[in-house]
Amino acid sequence: MTEALLEIRGINKRFGGLHALNDVSLSIRRGEIYGLIGPNGAGKTTLFNVLTGLYQPDEGSFTFNGIDLFRKKPHVVVASGIARTFQNIRLFHNMTALENVMVGRHARAKAGILGAVLRSRRTQHEEAAIKQRAAQLLDYVGISHRADDIAKHLSYGDQRRLEIARALATDPILLALDEPAAGMNSTETESLKRLMQTIRDSGITILLIEHDVKLMMGLCDRIAVLDYGRKIAEGVPETIRTDPKVIEAYLGVAES
Amino acid sequence: MAFLAGDVYPCRSPMNVATVRRPLFLLVLVALSILPFVIQQTLGNAWLRTLDTAMLYIMLALGLNIVIGYAGLLDLGYIAFYAVGAYTYALLNSPQLLPLLSGTGYEGLLHTPIWIVLPLAAFLAGLFGMLLGAPTLKLRGDYLAIVTLGFGEIIRLLLRNLTRPVNITNGPIGINQIAPASFAGHRITSPVHLGSIELSSLHQYYFLFLVLVLCVILVSARLQDSRIGRAWIAIREDEIAAQAMGINTRNVKLMAFAMGASFGGVSGALFASYQGFVSPESFILMESVMVLAMVVLGGMGNIPGVILGAILISLTPEVLRDIVNPLQDRFLGERIVAPDDLRMLVFAMALILVMLLRPEGLWPSRRRKAEFHEADPVVTPGTRAGQHD
Ligand SMILES: Nc1ncnc2c1ncn2[C@@H]1O[C@H](COP(=O)(O)OP(=O)(O)OP(=O)(O)O)[C@@H](O)[C@H]1O
Ligand SMILES: [Mg+2]
Repeated sequence: MTEALLEIRGINKRFGGLHALNDVSLSIRRGEIYGLIGPNGAGKTTLFNVLTGLYQPDEGSFTFNGIDLFRKKPHVVVASGIARTFQNIRLFHNMTALENVMVGRHARAKAGILGAVLRSRRTQHEEAAIKQRAAQLLDYVGISHRADDIAKHLSYGDQRRLEIARALATDPILLALDEPAAGMNSTETESLKRLMQTIRDSGITILLIEHDVKLMMGLCDRIAVLDYGRKIAEGVPETIRTDPKVIEAYLGVAES
Repeated sequence: MAFLAGDVYPCRSPMNVATVRRPLFLLVLVALSILPFVIQQTLGNAWLRTLDTAMLYIMLALGLNIVIGYAGLLDLGYIAFYAVGAYTYALLNSPQLLPLLSGTGYEGLLHTPIWIVLPLAAFLAGLFGMLLGAPTLKLRGDYLAIVTLGFGEIIRLLLRNLTRPVNITNGPIGINQIAPASFAGHRITSPVHLGSIELSSLHQYYFLFLVLVLCVILVSARLQDSRIGRAWIAIREDEIAAQAMGINTRNVKLMAFAMGASFGGVSGALFASYQGFVSPESFILMESVMVLAMVVLGGMGNIPGVILGAILISLTPEVLRDIVNPLQDRFLGERIVAPDDLRMLVFAMALILVMLLRPEGLWPSRRRKAEFHEADPVVTPGTRAGQHD
């Protein structure tokens, strides 16, 4: 499949004098794992933020699944099928793991105040379905035994998994993961890698930011490299690994 | 995996809950029905009156609890919605607007039955809630508190000054001769005889308020465990994450403002009927602060806690009156301090003690307890604190 799911064109984002994203264009295909690497401060997270509507990009365009998503509100972005996780875990820390995932179902459910107050049959069904799906997703990412624990009591790795489950609860077409393996040991990273492959095999496209080059090379179908807000390379892992510009800007440091 | 979920977390089936809860609920209901008679017999009418007022405060506190306890929006002007409800009832059940309406054929509006006024008061207060909410959506914490405080004062000043060109609110004097609630021709102030038991107006108000308190509790509880309730709590926990989960934070916050305000409106309408008189002085900032204290002291976000807070704070003046004067008479031979003067002192001390010893409130929810007593996750290695990272 080579159909583009997400078309990012000419995106610019400035913070005052800082040109955090400089004319970035990428095209992500349906069903692939697309990696985004680059040194600290390259603009990777900023790209996530403008894509998901948390920041307003200055210029450019996002076309996702045939819809224009440029400068759309975050909830619109989610509704159209993009879900994300955060580099610094942003769970609802004092809610249980299950409740966290249930919140993720918000966009795919309908019940309003009246439905909740009257507890109509439809609301009850919906609520039961939300709960069941949330439990299913916790199981899917492998933390079903922590369902009723307060999120912040979970181990670091489990919190990362919970964030993924919560994002999956929005029924995404594209899942954007911002450094999901940061701070994990190699065993945890390995099982996270398998989880990402399972997710991809289930038909969800993944956009992945990660500093672990070995992981990225083994996992991604294609990789783009950002440096100082510019895309300096894009391609399959083999070409990225040997690209002199990438080695100079990033790999040289990372692999030495 | 899906089928396993049910085994791993056995959610109590509705049947189970019902079999455990129903008898308990009936028991509480019986106790609550006997309570006003016991209170009147043992402690007297003044206490029964306090009990009635306490129920109005329970409704207020539960309403504010939606705004601040669930959605985390600090509202210091909440009493304005109580005022909206009170004046709605007052205007529709007093001769205040008679000069305006006489001869128009609409005089009948001045005897609007309570079952119409209550939903109307809820609706109007909800509308005012949105009116307050809309311009404050981007504000948080201290800023929100200041704007809402200002809003509360604006409503009070409006009530004081809406006398020209047409006299609507009767200014600082307020509205008198408000007719008590009536159902199907029966006025709540005329006594009812049930066999040998006589239900005075205080008893009848007690039962009217009780029914509405139970409704408000039911609505609160159902909202809490609903899609919207979870969205409120999510916004309170982390607004950006809530947005990233597809929550339209603007709409959901407006719903919280409207819903919370509508409880205040209902309570206010009942207050006007009960009191027979309203004036802007019933809706000063101090009242907003009191309701806030009930929510905070009891346990923000937890329905039983908030009810407890409302009861404790609204009973304090009465308890003080019953304790301080007899004590002074006995030991000093004269009355040096008025119980009402001690009220603020006691509140202040209680609040300080609670904030020091139990900052999560007397009866907190599990979530809130976690918030106060367990450290937040450590900043993770390899990541940098950033607003939207
Ligand atoms: N809200 C903001 N205001 C001002 N500057 C910002 C803001 N967010 C990011 N930046 C700046 O934009 C640049 C890109 O940051 P970004 O977080 O996107 O980098 P990154 O590639 O994700 O880096 P890392 O690998 O460290 O996570 C940095 O110089 C950062 O300081
Ligand atoms: Mg980053």
